[in-house]
Amino acid sequence: MDATITLRVDGEERRLTVDTRTTLLDALRDRLEATSPKKGCDHGQCGACTVLLDGRRILSCLALAVAHDGADVTTAAGLGSGDGAPGGELHPVARAFVDHDGFQCGYCTPGQVCSAVGMLREAEAGWPSHATADLDAPVSLDDEEIRERMSGNLCRCGAYTNIVAAIREAAR
Amino acid sequence: MTTTPSTPSVGRPLTRLEGEAKVTGLAPYAYEYALTDPLYLGPVLSTVARGRVSAVDTARAEELPGVRAVLTPANAERLADTEDREFAVLQSDEVSFRGQFVAAVVADTPETAREAAGLVDVAYETLAHDVTLTADHPRLYRPEEVNTGVEADTEQGDPDAALARAAVVVDRTYRTPMEHNNPMEPHTTVALWDEGGGRLTLYDSTQGAHPVRHTVAGVFGLDPERVRVVAPYVGGGFGSKGSAHAHNVLAAMAARAVPGRPVKFALTRQQMFSLVGYRTPTIQRLRLGADRDGRLDAVVHDVVEQTSKIKEFAEQSGVCTRMMYAAPHRRTTHRLAPLDAPIPFWMRAPGEAPGMYALESAMDELAHECGVDPVELRLRNEPPVDPSTGEPWSDRALVRCLREGAERFGWHGRDPAPGARREGDWLVGTGVASAMYPHMVNPGSVAEIRYGEDRRYHVGIGAADIGTGALTALTQIAADALGRPLSEVVVSIGDTDLPEASVAGGSSGTTSWGAALVAAARVFRAEHGEAPAPGASARGTAPEDTATPGYSQYSFGAHFVEARVHADTGEIRVPRMLGLFSVGRVVNPRTARSQFLGGMVMGLSMALYEQSVVDPAFGHVVNHDLAQYHVAVHADVSGLEADWLEGEDPHAGPLGSRGVGEIGIVGTAAAVANACHHATGVRVRNLPLTPDLFLR
Amino acid sequence: MRPFDYTRPDGPADAVALVADDPGAAYLAGGTNLVDHMKLGVASPTRLVDVRGLLGNRVEELPGGGLRIGASVPNSDLAAHPAVRRRYPVLSAALLAGASGQLRNAATTGGNLFQRTRCPYFQDTTTPCNKREPGTGCSALEGHGRDNAVLGASDHCVATHPSDMAVALAALGAEARVLGPGGERVVPIPGLHRLPGSEPERDTVLGHGDLITAVDLPHLPVAARSAYRKVRDRASYAFALVSVAAALDVVDGTVADVRIAFGGLAHVPWRAHRAEEALIGGPATEEAFREAARAELADARTGRDNAFKVPMAVNTLASTLRGLTAEEAR
Repeated sequence: MDATITLRVDGEERRLTVDTRTTLLDALRDRLEATSPKKGCDHGQCGACTVLLDGRRILSCLALAVAHDGADVTTAAGLGSGDGAPGGELHPVARAFVDHDGFQCGYCTPGQVCSAVGMLREAEAGWPSHATADLDAPVSLDDEEIRERMSGNLCRCGAYTNIVAAIREAAR
Repeated sequence: MTTTPSTPSVGRPLTRLEGEAKVTGLAPYAYEYALTDPLYLGPVLSTVARGRVSAVDTARAEELPGVRAVLTPANAERLADTEDREFAVLQSDEVSFRGQFVAAVVADTPETAREAAGLVDVAYETLAHDVTLTADHPRLYRPEEVNTGVEADTEQGDPDAALARAAVVVDRTYRTPMEHNNPMEPHTTVALWDEGGGRLTLYDSTQGAHPVRHTVAGVFGLDPERVRVVAPYVGGGFGSKGSAHAHNVLAAMAARAVPGRPVKFALTRQQMFSLVGYRTPTIQRLRLGADRDGRLDAVVHDVVEQTSKIKEFAEQSGVCTRMMYAAPHRRTTHRLAPLDAPIPFWMRAPGEAPGMYALESAMDELAHECGVDPVELRLRNEPPVDPSTGEPWSDRALVRCLREGAERFGWHGRDPAPGARREGDWLVGTGVASAMYPHMVNPGSVAEIRYGEDRRYHVGIGAADIGTGALTALTQIAADALGRPLSEVVVSIGDTDLPEASVAGGSSGTTSWGAALVAAARVFRAEHGEAPAPGASARGTAPEDTATPGYSQYSFGAHFVEARVHADTGEIRVPRMLGLFSVGRVVNPRTARSQFLGGMVMGLSMALYEQSVVDPAFGHVVNHDLAQYHVAVHADVSGLEADWLEGEDPHAGPLGSRGVGEIGIVGTAAAVANACHHATGVRVRNLPLTPDLFLR
Repeated sequence: MRPFDYTRPDGPADAVALVADDPGAAYLAGGTNLVDHMKLGVASPTRLVDVRGLLGNRVEELPGGGLRIGASVPNSDLAAHPAVRRRYPVLSAALLAGASGQLRNAATTGGNLFQRTRCPYFQDTTTPCNKREPGTGCSALEGHGRDNAVLGASDHCVATHPSDMAVALAALGAEARVLGPGGERVVPIPGLHRLPGSEPERDTVLGHGDLITAVDLPHLPVAARSAYRKVRDRASYAFALVSVAAALDVVDGTVADVRIAFGGLAHVPWRAHRAEEALIGGPATEEAFREAARAELADARTGRDNAFKVPMAVNTLASTLRGLTAEEAR
């Protein structure tokens, strides 16, 4: 069963027809040729499909496109330079990934980058994590916090050490 | 190297040339090419482990709007060459393992393809299956040879007599589970036949475009020139993408039904647990006979593993024991149980990874038995020449790795008593293990260099960058070989339209392809000089044997690990790991470090988490997804450090380099297990080390 | 996945009417478990009724000192809510121990309660499972049983409940506000989830069409000193082998009040009434904690693969209560 929806993808309004079964991830990859978010497991177990949905990091493989008509989607291709405008320079988080060699095969990377951008916003908003010792105290984003908050993004190449270094630098 | 410019590129820690494309996600992987009117393949997998397909009812699938074709064993085209039974897709009604292709649907959308595949009704005649590896399996046999083409068994001296008289004997059996590579990018192929049906293009996720071309061309009876394989970006492989697999064949068969239209086929994560290889489970009995000072007199390493009944793969787990330590009496054996199981294949450091886990665990037990420090024990058993061949070592630096690693880790003064240190609720221990990996070179790669109108050198080779940093390293090597700055060199890889290249496997890529670049540059400079005209071009082929004969060539390393085990829950944390390696010359320190770190993370993951559990009743991997097949996550990895000894291997070919991709995983699991024993006093001899095993 | 209709009704009552009248209909909230199951063929609804936008997405104070959590409040927002962190830290901690940041952003309070078991056989349509297909048999009984329940299981099903949040809610004695075809009612937690018995296909006591609109937390001073301890195979992003939600009030070395629930042990978040009774009024000592845990697990039935859960649960409870006692002493 088909439905016509509108998505704002990386700043661009896109109108498309999807099967009600189409996930947001497949809508992006198969319908809109926006292949920056990756399909690693298709079941919410790896994080490769992470995008920012209305500003929050989510897994696009478990979101039905039809349920997000009108949503704003930002992929790693559309993060822009971090000042809100798409295009131009690399986003500071993405730049730090390059500088710190925070990836190898690159397949989990767009998801890691989107996740890191969303995670930094969450930390800035004072959200605690499983690594936060005192839930009632302000959050300080040390390496242990970064690692815990990024644990939904698997990297089989094992670039974790460098990813944490990249995020640490970008967070400064 | 012939000549280098004033500032050599090799040795510089360049960031990856494709970095921006990867961090933005714009680098195209196999599934992601913008092709016109693609169709989608939905496979049907067998739900029995052994038997035959007695009937396939495709009616419900065919009735679904948008279904273009349904392939079954009855209607599938007959392939030209099915001697390798992995590729005999839909060629008979026989089912040889659970999760084998038994049918497939081609449809207009991925949703329809998947739904239609679910509507294909397959009936089976089921036969009793055997999927369980045991040490005394009744059908154990000795393979002709093991992976890498070496003999299955070796014997020197009289190991049984030596063990009988040894003052100290360690006789232990270690088990490693079935493990799956699980690269983040699922195995994917997009197949497109031209309208005439004479040429096939595969956009593939592979560690070797040319090897896939040769396999697929052979299976379909085509001239290899009529098969093009495109794979410039590959989302990891760790061995499983080192060969074509059945899905390449299935996609090409399906696409033949719809010439002119690409058929996209990405395996699901679940399907990857039966179709693209895995590391065999191993049962390894180690017997060490030594004097009271821990000097080895005898080493026996008996390996039992599984293979599939339709295709043999013999992991060379005992081979490391042939050369690692000095001992006059030695035996290594490999036995295989043929099971109704999927086909095992390469997974990062096949052989060395499980083998060194067992050997280095046994060495730790020997150190404990003899009351000798585990680092010192290894130093005492350092062989002056390769014990397996009698050849001198080209660059054996194990002693330095152990000594300098121990220094940097703060090993000295370690209290050897297990279970003696506690910090709060955590029991703390440290462990060490050696690492080693053979220097492998694949001959025959070819590179082409063309000087362009843009005044740049365009270098082409069909090599693969699966995350190793090969593209960047090859650019560095080419720049130096041409005597030009990096900015004047553009390297293209990952396409059979480029000259032939060997597989990215055995940590051989950079060395093997680099030799071709060096050869091509030599020819180019000889023919065109230092001021070539635009359009000038030359080809070069890597020599048959780049390494100096008569030397035994291995990389070495040492792992030092701190482990913490929770006194109440048995949870294990590894807050500190140091790997110090010797790999000859390092082409790019930044990407090489990443390779070491990545190998160590996979080794940590092997030690603590990874295990594919087979249900004997059904014959499938029960935990066939990434929620249940645990790999290390961010929170598991801290305090990780990798470094290497500066230098080059004078006998390793023109670059003086050996591979870096696999040694990081070798020995890691033993170091972790040894640290856990030191922390708790509990010796666990099977991987993975899960919390329940340390409960008290 | 089977084709389905997608509907976004105007209000909760419309949603309930739509689902109640259509046996093929299911509610869609965050979708993190349902979409997963639809892809696997574990769930095959013919109509999805999207309720995310219809239900409360705020945490509100209740007269008397409790909190009302709208069913659409995402797990991440709930975990970060200042009142929850201060007054019910066990709930924040349980949420934060579950899933990943991305999943918590999508998953809702109501949806989390309907998470289904992660039993591998339940999730694999090629193997028999009484919960997925009643009457086909339980593959986990003889098969891979590491995740299997040790308390309250039946011969029909040995699955465990996967939610961390629900374990904290069980310890706190929360209440689900349910809107059904017959109107509104309140279902206590524990009490919402049910043991498998001979009907393992039913995870909860709710009927088709029942919709959780909010979860109420009671005024519970003991909850201010509470913790969630989750033991799992890796440090993050994994389901519990065993987990403990506990709140403890110790006065002069004596347990004045205590709330305990276990995760990973049963088909339900397991409220440990026996352990609580054993502890109340007694000394807050290591031995008492272990004794209480052993009492709770006295009826445990274990198999080849899951026997470790009993000592792990005993140790984890003791460790958690020890930690809370030490906190109290500071």
